[in-house]
Amino acid sequence: LGIMAGKVKWVTDIEKSVLINNFEKRGWIQVAENEDWNFYWMSVQTIRNVFSVETGYRLSDDQIVNHFPNHYELTRKDLMVKNIKRYRKELEKEGSPLAEKDENGKYIYLDFVPVTFMLPADYNLFVEEFRKNPSSTWIMKPCGKAQGKGIFLINKLSQIKKWSRDSKTSSFVSQSSKEAYVISLYINNPLLIGGKKFDLRLYVLVSTYRPLRCYMYKLGFCRFCTVKYTPSTSELDNMFVHLTNVAIQRHGDDYNHIHGGKWTVSNLRLYLESTRGKEVTNKLFDEIHWIIVQSLKAVAPVMNNDKHCFECYGYDIIIDDKLKPWLIEVNASPSLTSSTANDRILKYNLINDTLNIAVPNGEIPDCKWNKSPPKEVLGNYEVLYDEEMAQSDGSDRDLRSRPGPSSGVKGTRARDLGKPVLTTWK
Amino acid sequence: FFISTGWEKKLQNAVYSELNVFPSPCHPAAPPEHMKEPLAYMRKAQGSWEKRILKSLNSMCTELSIPLAQKRPASEQKELLNKWNEMGTDEPDLSLFRPVYAPKDFLEVLMNLRNPNYENGEQPSFRNHLGLIQVPLKVKDIPELKEDFNELGLNTGQLGIDDSAQVPPEFFESEHVRVGQKVLAEQDSAAAQQYVRQGCPTALRADLWALILNISNQPEDILYYEQLKSNVIQHDLLVDSLIYKDVKLTASNDDYYFVFEDYLYQVLLCFSRDTSVLEHFTYSSATPPKSYIQGKRNFYKKRSGRFLLTTTVVPLNYNSFILSVAPLCFLYHEPSKLYQIFREMYVRFFFRLHSISSHPSGIVSLCLLFETLLQTHLPQLFYHLREIGAQPLRISFKWMVRAFSGYLATDQLLLLWDRILGYNSLEILAVLAAAVFAFRAVNLMEVTSLAAAE
Repeated sequence: LGIMAGKVKWVTDIEKSVLINNFEKRGWIQVAENEDWNFYWMSVQTIRNVFSVETGYRLSDDQIVNHFPNHYELTRKDLMVKNIKRYRKELEKEGSPLAEKDENGKYIYLDFVPVTFMLPADYNLFVEEFRKNPSSTWIMKPCGKAQGKGIFLINKLSQIKKWSRDSKTSSFVSQSSKEAYVISLYINNPLLIGGKKFDLRLYVLVSTYRPLRCYMYKLGFCRFCTVKYTPSTSELDNMFVHLTNVAIQRHGDDYNHIHGGKWTVSNLRLYLESTRGKEVTNKLFDEIHWIIVQSLKAVAPVMNNDKHCFECYGYDIIIDDKLKPWLIEVNASPSLTSSTANDRILKYNLINDTLNIAVPNGEIPDCKWNKSPPKEVLGNYEVLYDEEMAQSDGSDRDLRSRPGPSSGVKGTRARDLGKPVLTTWK
Repeated sequence: FFISTGWEKKLQNAVYSELNVFPSPCHPAAPPEHMKEPLAYMRKAQGSWEKRILKSLNSMCTELSIPLAQKRPASEQKELLNKWNEMGTDEPDLSLFRPVYAPKDFLEVLMNLRNPNYENGEQPSFRNHLGLIQVPLKVKDIPELKEDFNELGLNTGQLGIDDSAQVPPEFFESEHVRVGQKVLAEQDSAAAQQYVRQGCPTALRADLWALILNISNQPEDILYYEQLKSNVIQHDLLVDSLIYKDVKLTASNDDYYFVFEDYLYQVLLCFSRDTSVLEHFTYSSATPPKSYIQGKRNFYKKRSGRFLLTTTVVPLNYNSFILSVAPLCFLYHEPSKLYQIFREMYVRFFFRLHSISSHPSGIVSLCLLFETLLQTHLPQLFYHLREIGAQPLRISFKWMVRAFSGYLATDQLLLLWDRILGYNSLEILAVLAAAVFAFRAVNLMEVTSLAAAE
């Protein structure tokens, strides 16, 4: 029994206390990468190596890692958009009611990503779109970077001339994927609270893609800009107005180290319920859950659903002043740095609850298990979507099959999901 | 005609509103000061407290060579108007300003209150009163409180408890929400006040409170607010800097309220210039310090006239003040409505936390109620804390003086304030404070110092 119930051996290449404290509190044993390990919390560079053709190696049944091999299908800005566009087209082709469009040609249920183009590839398509609305503002984001690095806003074609030159001259050496950009329609009417712009950071844990099983962490937070929001063109360069990334805001004059410009999602809910009413608030949160699940469904077919993997994503969502949520991006390695005391506690508990689900009972894992943790271990997670349960619940069609009466699908989608169980879509 | 146009309802609401604040009738021969505050020693204490504050304020003016009030130069006016919505980012040098007083100073004054007609030569003991407050005011005991706060009994549903996720909504919540919507549809103040005793649903709270406080945000109200705003733009008051500093110290660092920093400046700067607040002093013996504007010397060379600009309101410890505005920002995002709600809450309730009176909702009574409850029902705890130099009131005073703002999560705080409105009394603050001690009694029995107790 002593040998069988051996301690989990862990490795990590991310030196963060919220991680290490969690491993140590479980009595797990730290080992080196080249030794026999059971659990490896790795950075995205490392996962690339583990699964690469040249340097990769097979994982054994008692080894778990915290990323899916091709997570970038979801977490790279350009690939995420590509997968969602592909997903929508497929649904449309099947005649699924989810792909229904309104009189302007916009998807009614699946329009949750701002209009986006890849540069330089789609430059001409972008120009066409830009000319339809010449007074619009667009946001340029490098595909491969994080923390707000390299982002800037434009409102004139001349500001991105560089990308046009490249696409016209085919003799140009093709840009490596690191220098590719996405350009998205900037949401210049964000919901403001206290006059300030904010975005939402939500944590979503995926234990398997096929069948899709995902959990949402109840304790997400809002990140506020320290400076009053203004869509004025004179302030397009002021990143303190526009970008909510803490990595950017913490350098502002008004950054506060006690609250870090963060609000809990429950504060947001209280504020919205009090000022806007319960129905629209519930609808907003339903929609947020919806777009997260749809984004995961979009990439599920192309994801390498390796049984050794789980992943905890950081979803960034912006709410506009019509209370419509927009998916901005998904992060594979959400920051584990703590900017305030509350932050540290939150991230510690996040990792704790994540490990409780991913590594049942804190014992040496067996990848053959069915990845169905009992309700008691969820902690602050709640089930966001469980494809298996949804299918076994009687009406066993998944979204790809011929739809039944469209009202049935719409009805389930719009149901009040304010309380715990969220797995009501079929 | 009255009924169909809704005017009957509005009249009823207005009358009901006035009844809430009207002082109880008393002897026809009583002079006006007596009506405001029947106990002479209380009036005297309040008077000397005000003098002390005013002296402090004046000496600050002299020290810093800043007048209490002055007109702003035109360029500064323009700048302030531009920055009206983001005063939080403007950071003037406030290091020389200090708060006029701290809660513990006020507590010291209250502790030293004595009724000159009451001979209490005995040492404090269990036979009389062990606490810090030594004035013989009548406070309610548990049976009386139980009767007054009947709707908070265990057999009655409450929001905040009976609407939690584990309880099916059919049990209490759905019906309560339905009743709330009906009350709002009827626009009945009295019914609303009765209703909120069991807590307000979050979506209905803003409207229910406005109904109870009889605030409707009419065009003339908005105009009044705009006038106050222009007053702020045109004239600079010394207290503005004190407000600014206190907001920076409290709300800007608060997890819940930092978002609303700019609203707080707007509301408080206007409030300190609002002469209509003076009307409430007809039922309080407090008088606010007034500030006058010096005319420009060259213009008034031959005259010595000065003219009344504004009043500044008594509680110059803006700490408490600020935290009583901040939770309201969760409910109202229109500045003029937010302003009116705050003003009404202040003149009905919160001012009693900052002035010395014998009113049952006044801070003196609340302190005494708290101590009495604790001494009667948790005598061992009371004695223990007293022995280790941690008189319970020293800990709970700041909770009560701020109506628990900053000490409770906002959603819970709002549920507490529901009851303040519902019962038109602040007594619940004392009861809650005592309950907190009761809740933590086991832990508290083991501590050995004031700091540990805190």
